[in-house]
Amino acid sequence: MSTPKPSSAPERPLSPFMIGPYYKPQLTSMLSITHRVTGMGLSFGTLLLAGWLIALASGPDAYAMYARHMLAWYGQILLLGWSWALLYHLCNGIRHLFWDIGKGFELPAAYRSGYAVIAVSGVLTVAVWALAYFV
Amino acid sequence: MSLRSPLGRARGLGSAKDGTHHFWVQRVSAIALVPLTLWFVFSVARLAGASFEQVHWWVSYPAVAVTLVLFIATALYHSMLGVQVVIEDYVGGEGMKLTALLLSKFFHVAVAVAAIFAVLKVALA
Repeated sequence: MSTPKPSSAPERPLSPFMIGPYYKPQLTSMLSITHRVTGMGLSFGTLLLAGWLIALASGPDAYAMYARHMLAWYGQILLLGWSWALLYHLCNGIRHLFWDIGKGFELPAAYRSGYAVIAVSGVLTVAVWALAYFV
Repeated sequence: MSLRSPLGRARGLGSAKDGTHHFWVQRVSAIALVPLTLWFVFSVARLAGASFEQVHWWVSYPAVAVTLVLFIATALYHSMLGVQVVIEDYVGGEGMKLTALLLSKFFHVAVAVAAIFAVLKVALA
C-alpha cells in the first residue's frame, strides 16, 4: 500500500496507515484492529440475538427451525466466533476504559494488559462453552 | 468568515457537530454493558439444550425480561455509536458517508425494536 499523495497539495509528510509496509505488526496495533473488527462483527451479530428472540416469540415451530440452524456445524462455528468476539470486545473495552481515565498507558503496561485481554477472553470463551456443553 | 474564535467553535461543535457527547455516551454505554454482557453470555450458555418451553419460561420471568431489554437497548445503542465512528473514519465522500450513516441508524433501530418487541411479546403473553 502506498501513501496517497494529493497532486495539488504541497509535499508534506503524511502519517502512513498502520497496516502496510511502514510499520511492523505489533501486539498493540493488532489488538486495536481486532477491537474494531470484532465490534463490526458484533453489530451484524445482533441479528443472531434478534433472530433468536423473534423465533421464540413466533412459536415452537419457528424456534425449532432457528435452533436446528444454530446446532448445525455452521451455526456452532458462528456462535463460537460470536461469543469469542463479544468476550474479546468486552475485555479489550475494559482496557480502553482504563486508558480513558489515564491508567496503563506506559508501554510495558499496555503490553501486559494486551496479553491479559487475550488470555482472559480465551478463558471466558472456554468457560462459556464448557457451561453450555457440560453443565 | 466567522467571528467566533477557534476555541469557541470547537467547544460548541466539532467536525462531528456534537462536541464530546458521542465520546461520552459511548463510554457510558460501555460501562453499562460490562455487567449486562457477562450476565447475558453466561445465562444463554446455561440455556444450551433447553426446550422451547424452558426458554419461553425463562424470558417471561420479569427480572430476566427487564434485563434483556436493557441489554438489547444498550448494546444496539453502543453498536450504533461504534459503527458511526468506523463509517466516519473509512467512508470517503459526503454522499456515501451520509448514506452509510443513515443505513446504520435504520438498521440498529430496527434490530433493537424487533428484539425488544419479541421479549415483550413473550414476557406479556
